[in-house]
Amino acid sequence: MTGEATRTPRSLRFEIFRFNPEDPASRPHTQTFELDELPYMSLYTALTQIRETQDPGLQFDFSCRSAICGSCGMIVNGRPALACRTLTSDLPDTIRLYPLPVFKLIGDLSVDTGTWFRQMAERTESWIHARLPFDPNAQEARMSDDLAQAIYEGDRCIECGCCIAACGIANVNPAFLGAAGLNRVARFMLDPRDERSDADWFEVVASDEGVFGCVGMMACEDVCPKELPLLEVHAYLRRRMLGSKLLRDDKE
Amino acid sequence: MMPRLVSADVLVIGGGLAGERCAVEASAAGHEVLILSIVPPRRSHSCAAQGGMQAALGNCVKAEGDNPELHFLDTVRGSDWGADQEVARIFADGAPIAVRELAHFGVPWTRVRAGINRYFVRGERLDVEESQDNDGLIMHRDFGGTAKWRACYAAAGTGHAALYAIDSEVVRLGITVLDRTEAVALIHDGEKCSGAVVRCLRTGKHFAVVARATVVATGGYGRIYGQYTTNATINEGGGAAIALDTGIVPLGNMEAVQFHPTALAPSGILITEGCRGDGGYLLDRNLHRFMVDAEPEKQELASRDVVSRHMAQCMRDGRGVETTSGPHLWLDVRHLGEAHLATKLREVYDICRDFAGLDPVRELIPVRPMQHYSMGGIRVNKDGQAYGMSGLFAVGEAACWDMHGFNRLGGNSLAETIVAGRVVGARVAEYAARVKPQTAGSLVFEALEAAELRVHNWLSRTGSGPGVFEIRDAMGETMMSKIGIFRDGSELAEAVATLKHLMTSCDSAVLRCKAPGANPELTFALRLKGMLRLATTVAMGALARTESRGAHYRTDFPLRDDRNWLNRTLVRWQPGADEPSFSYEPTGLMELAPGHRGYGSDERIAMQCTVDTYNESVLAELTRHGRLATKEKLGSRGRYRTGIAGGGS
Repeated sequence: MTGEATRTPRSLRFEIFRFNPEDPASRPHTQTFELDELPYMSLYTALTQIRETQDPGLQFDFSCRSAICGSCGMIVNGRPALACRTLTSDLPDTIRLYPLPVFKLIGDLSVDTGTWFRQMAERTESWIHARLPFDPNAQEARMSDDLAQAIYEGDRCIECGCCIAACGIANVNPAFLGAAGLNRVARFMLDPRDERSDADWFEVVASDEGVFGCVGMMACEDVCPKELPLLEVHAYLRRRMLGSKLLRDDKE
Repeated sequence: MMPRLVSADVLVIGGGLAGERCAVEASAAGHEVLILSIVPPRRSHSCAAQGGMQAALGNCVKAEGDNPELHFLDTVRGSDWGADQEVARIFADGAPIAVRELAHFGVPWTRVRAGINRYFVRGERLDVEESQDNDGLIMHRDFGGTAKWRACYAAAGTGHAALYAIDSEVVRLGITVLDRTEAVALIHDGEKCSGAVVRCLRTGKHFAVVARATVVATGGYGRIYGQYTTNATINEGGGAAIALDTGIVPLGNMEAVQFHPTALAPSGILITEGCRGDGGYLLDRNLHRFMVDAEPEKQELASRDVVSRHMAQCMRDGRGVETTSGPHLWLDVRHLGEAHLATKLREVYDICRDFAGLDPVRELIPVRPMQHYSMGGIRVNKDGQAYGMSGLFAVGEAACWDMHGFNRLGGNSLAETIVAGRVVGARVAEYAARVKPQTAGSLVFEALEAAELRVHNWLSRTGSGPGVFEIRDAMGETMMSKIGIFRDGSELAEAVATLKHLMTSCDSAVLRCKAPGANPELTFALRLKGMLRLATTVAMGALARTESRGAHYRTDFPLRDDRNWLNRTLVRWQPGADEPSFSYEPTGLMELAPGHRGYGSDERIAMQCTVDTYNESVLAELTRHGRLATKEKLGSRGRYRTGIAGGGS
């Protein structure tokens, strides 16, 4: 909790994308705000201050302000990032903020990730496909802790949309599942409680809208705020889908 | 573009764990369910729950011999005998099933590893051999106020994993979720609720949802404490506020507000109790473990109210670390080691790095208690049915069901969301099957027009009145400084006066942004009066309760008073009244007589009557209000024939 306070306070210049689709008079433009930097100032603190002291109409989304809920993805100086965990001390004096591309704009920095992720969940049927219903009288099925940890690793995605916004393919092909979608598929594929077969998975993911649509630029992994191993996820899915018998036996 | 009128069999307001689990139950029973959520449901605050979900599975060595009976006893002791013990029983019995059901839905629970495991217990390193028989079952960790290790967990992302699993079921069942919508009023005729008026947070337009049954699952009201809370910015108590607006439905125990011992200082971001459960220490400025002196038996793992109180006292005594943003204490998890921190407490590791720039493997974590949980909420009976209004239900943190009484145990709220979601969802489904569809009468359009008029009034008000954020900040400062961990009569009276003044200010407040659409300033302004009203019910409830119980601690009445205050506060706000009106009901039928909790103070003012006499008075009260006690197994439909479904008083 030291170090930060000893720096000379800076005056920050925020250049923020503005557009309110609900207002017929509004046109897309960039608006500039000045703000004095505080110690440990995150973009959550900064944007909240701008809204409350300078422009109460500024639209953006925060909820948990602790990098758990995934609400606050935006383009920060050209890179998708979670605003709540981005500290101004890591940025230059001029901070340019834009809404995430790919997702529908709601206003200013606020975009509709909810609809995109719901559709992705429906397309990939991201739920456990079990043949038997839940038996309330039975002890839980056993699972090795190592496998539980591996599933949890994939389950950690917070659906912030940064990987989708950073993806060259997702930007030109709205149907592409993107890293978040492929990671979701891999998470369920790994889970023995989901009884889908490789043939079922092939239908879900083995297409240009799925794992074969990726051209391997891997910006997704660079920007993922949860540091998910998205490169490994791609490799895993490709191996599974290319039908290597040896590598197909995870569940057996 | 939303139509102006939408209908559903069951309307669920709130897309967190409790609301979604309830929706799944009602949908599986064949009803058309509609969920409203301020944010996309996976961004609900349930996702921020970290450390665990209590369920007495008894799967590891330190959990041997655990059962729902012990869980029930711990819950009642934790509540400082404020809980409804019948509800605590329903809860403890249902928790193991709920946790196993989540496994079925895909939660990657941390599992038991057979062989030698290294634990930290009461400050000592301990190597324990887990048996091969238990290998691969759901693992437990220790939490405060429990006799056994009982919290089931998925690393430190338990709420996230549970929410994603339940939301997957919502998607599987094809339940419609309207995200970025906010219920701004309940539609009712004074006896029956028939839906809600809703504001779209994308367009700012209103529409009405007409439903046979309406469930409020909007979570807690922590944001009335301004920035002094671990809660998300969306936890503004919207559901409780619109229930209070009916003037009929009471809120229960609003003064029961939990402070979590380990919020990261100064930001207030939660650091899970799992840190102390797994062996972390609390240290003062001299790096002394003060909790060992204060609570030799439970140490850092006394209940949250007790630990927060000792921490606050420690800082009052000048043993905190002073900073420009106030004092804090230290949480030390260094001895747990990097491997443990990077797996079982991974989210803590990330939070420390991202938000405090520190490495918990090598450095101490600055913490201090902050508002964390709302034990109070919409008062409902065992079936989740709101008092006084048929067709209205509440579940989860938004409700006062009341298994937490005056202090909730860590890990019990996450379990409550799922257990109560199952129970209340089943009751909602039964209710919706029995009643006729609601029709969109004049009530609906009057309610819609009233909501639109409120917006019009805000947008048309001009002048030099105060801003809404100013009023909010004043509310937060008042709540934290005067209705915090230590409370006394004169400060509470000052708080009540301040809040009344702020309500007057709110009536003359002026918006600076008149932009069409959702307009963030307007969106907040529409919530502000409701938040101030909730704050007033907390302040006045705390002023009236002249005893100390659980998280409600009065320095001028430091003893728990079972003679006069073994009861639950009910508060209603009549339309047009300047202040709310209070009444009290017995806590409920008691199996476990009031006694010492096993931590905290052992001094109290004893009951004058016997438990049997108390229980007779409870039965008389329940009968008088038509809320008969039920001892039947859950799932019994018989109780409806006794008239309990109306729930009305």
